[in-house]
Amino acid sequence: MQDQMRPMLHARGISKFFPGTIALDEVELCLHPGEVHALLGENGAGKSTLIKCLTGAYRRDGGTIELDGQEVDPQSTADSQRLGIGTVYQEVNLLPNLTVAENLFLGRQPRRAGLVSRRKMNAQAGELLRGYGLEIDPAEPLTAYSVAIQQVVAIARAVEMSGKVLILDEPTASLDRDEVQLLFSVIRQLKDRGLAIVFITHFLDQVFDISDRATVLRNGQVVGTRVLSQVSQKDVVTLMLGRQLEARVHERRAGAAGKPLVEFRGLGKRGSIAPFDLTVHEGEVVGLAGLLGSGRTETANLVFGVDQADSGSIHLRGKEISVSNPREAVTHRFALCPEDRKTEGIVGDLSVRENIAIALQARQGWMRPIPKARINEIAENYVRALDIRLASLDMPIRLLSGGNQQKALLARWLATNPDFLILDEPTRGIDVGAHAEIIALIEQLRADGMALLVASSELEELVAYSTRVVVLRDRRQVGELTGDRITPDNIVHAIAEETA
Amino acid sequence: MIRSTHLPLLITLATFLLAYALCASAYPAMLSTRVISNLLTDNAFLGIAAVGMTFVILSGGIDLSIGSVIAFTGVFLAVILRDTSIHPLMAFAIVLVITTVFGAAMGALIHYLEMPPFIVTLAGMFLARGAAYVLSTESVPITHEFYDFLQGLYWKAPSGGRFRLIGGIMVLTFLVGILVAHRSRFGQNVYALGGGAQTARLMGVPLARTTIGIYAISGGLAGLAGIVFSLYTSAGYSLATVGVELDAIAAVVIGGTLLTGGYGFVAGTFFGILIMGLIQTYIVFDGTLSSWWTKIVIGGLLFAFILLQKGLTWATQARRRRTVIGSAAPS
Repeated sequence: MQDQMRPMLHARGISKFFPGTIALDEVELCLHPGEVHALLGENGAGKSTLIKCLTGAYRRDGGTIELDGQEVDPQSTADSQRLGIGTVYQEVNLLPNLTVAENLFLGRQPRRAGLVSRRKMNAQAGELLRGYGLEIDPAEPLTAYSVAIQQVVAIARAVEMSGKVLILDEPTASLDRDEVQLLFSVIRQLKDRGLAIVFITHFLDQVFDISDRATVLRNGQVVGTRVLSQVSQKDVVTLMLGRQLEARVHERRAGAAGKPLVEFRGLGKRGSIAPFDLTVHEGEVVGLAGLLGSGRTETANLVFGVDQADSGSIHLRGKEISVSNPREAVTHRFALCPEDRKTEGIVGDLSVRENIAIALQARQGWMRPIPKARINEIAENYVRALDIRLASLDMPIRLLSGGNQQKALLARWLATNPDFLILDEPTRGIDVGAHAEIIALIEQLRADGMALLVASSELEELVAYSTRVVVLRDRRQVGELTGDRITPDNIVHAIAEETA
Repeated sequence: MIRSTHLPLLITLATFLLAYALCASAYPAMLSTRVISNLLTDNAFLGIAAVGMTFVILSGGIDLSIGSVIAFTGVFLAVILRDTSIHPLMAFAIVLVITTVFGAAMGALIHYLEMPPFIVTLAGMFLARGAAYVLSTESVPITHEFYDFLQGLYWKAPSGGRFRLIGGIMVLTFLVGILVAHRSRFGQNVYALGGGAQTARLMGVPLARTTIGIYAISGGLAGLAGIVFSLYTSAGYSLATVGVELDAIAAVVIGGTLLTGGYGFVAGTFFGILIMGLIQTYIVFDGTLSSWWTKIVIGGLLFAFILLQKGLTWATQARRRRTVIGSAAPS
């Protein structure tokens, strides 16, 4: 290793202040040519803010950026692109209405006699993409290809335009395993070409797979830069969280759940989920396991009255009740945190305070407004209890990071003091730290005697908190695991059974 | 090679050919060059304005001001030629500068104040119409020998059709429009803007320059359409061309351009114009139908094309869902 070689990018003392918070505090980031450098940290640690300062999307409040030995001051993303810093985001930032070649060459199309030469453009695009191992027709619309290929096209564009530093902001979030490998082979190739690559992701396995070094941020400060071949995953997680991650031991909870709370008898909806029987007791977490599309979300929606059952009945503490819409469900002290928090959960432009209070207010009825002081008290309580990190209760919730949005959503429903809480994918898209906190929270709610129904695609997580796991397949309940039989292997087995 | 993105254009072309075949089978005289040349002459001003509108709609915007701008141009020319001794060519240059700057100013408002194009150009529509009234509330005839000269320019086809100058200007405008849209960087930026302004910005498209350019083109072409309209009618009248912007929008949509921006072809608009002109010609030939049937047929066509666009969008999305993840081959 030529450790003494000149860094490709050296950012020193980068600071950024937002009203009420210090988003970045004298952050230093040093990238060598031919290096994949992971940027790690929990949600809200300052990763995105740092990237935005480097690419000129934000004006930094302090610090210097040295690119290839020269001090630069990017004013905009276009400016940083010209200087040599290219960025590829999680959501592919290309234009769906243009062809692959048009996307690659937008703004710098090859011309002949003043006119854009499509033939030349398509030929050059094809050649360029072959260099990345893609044999595709660049004259096709971009959307004819999978997200992974679009991602590679975006990378090719960024590299061709910039060519010094490539920032990959969660590029693998929506890719499957094979697609990740395709992407990684491209990254390795770029590394050999001497680019400095910043890799941001929540997947630690991928970090260790591809990165040489990692810089860890916490609360806007750099807590360390490590050479990854010399540390373990646990070391990195400890750095990120600033505390030891308790090994996930969970003493198998005795089946001593409380009284039955809700009972679903033959509940079903044609075309959505086959009729099923399910009883949830007080102080019990029932996990819903199954593949994508197996009926997890459908079950949750049916139970909460989002979808209307066409068969079966619901009994609450032995009495039959009707749950034909979410409002009724709320009056029975049910609560549901939906899967897609962006479209179904948060109201992005309302403040965090309003988002937390909205369900409680809905149950009270709009005729009886909750006093402002009481709302404040509730919101502050939950912000503290759930450790939601925010600058102010008045900020729009869309500005919070994913994990904090999820916690605010939980707070919304906890504020209604529910007896029966349904969580659909409570940890989707949030980081390791918030993940652990939400699992701990579920465990605590259970201990307090709440009945919970949790749908999740993460087996480890289900095993960690469930007292019982119901397995779904093809929109049908196919098995139930209890006690010591709840292990990831058994769940996988139950999901796979009979399909062979 | 036929690609799915060309489908709306092909459907428009097929609609035109089918409509023409139907008309010709009912009235064989509609095949004459006389009808064809009149089709171009009568729709020249609308076609020129629709080229500008195509750029605006491709970028995801709308321009409601063009009908008023055409009227203003006509009145301005009539008044200036009546009251001064400026040569018409000079007057044309002046009015083109005015309308182009007017369009650019609307584009600047839209971009810098982040205002919806609908509102800004609605204001522009009232302003231009008001300015036309201020110049004259009556129809002002244009009598100038240079006008007579321009109106006398035509190429007589063997079978009697007269292809006049203004039809030629329209065809030329379309040809230049096609080149600019598909073969210039500016044109590509227009498509990029229509595909998503935010993404286009991140990809380095100069949004300010492009937006202002688009509305400047639309304003300038509305000015050119106004000049052509004054050649067509030999007068300037502040109440003329009310609602022409809506006809232009209809032609653009029938031409296969998506109203939400990003997809479409300038050439499609040409056939959109021809289809609308054809309907009118048919009604004239028929002689018993009320001219309002034009509106009804155009309304029906618009509905059909909107449904078609929705259907194509659905088909594309379904295809995308079916695309096997990870496979490099396009489905």
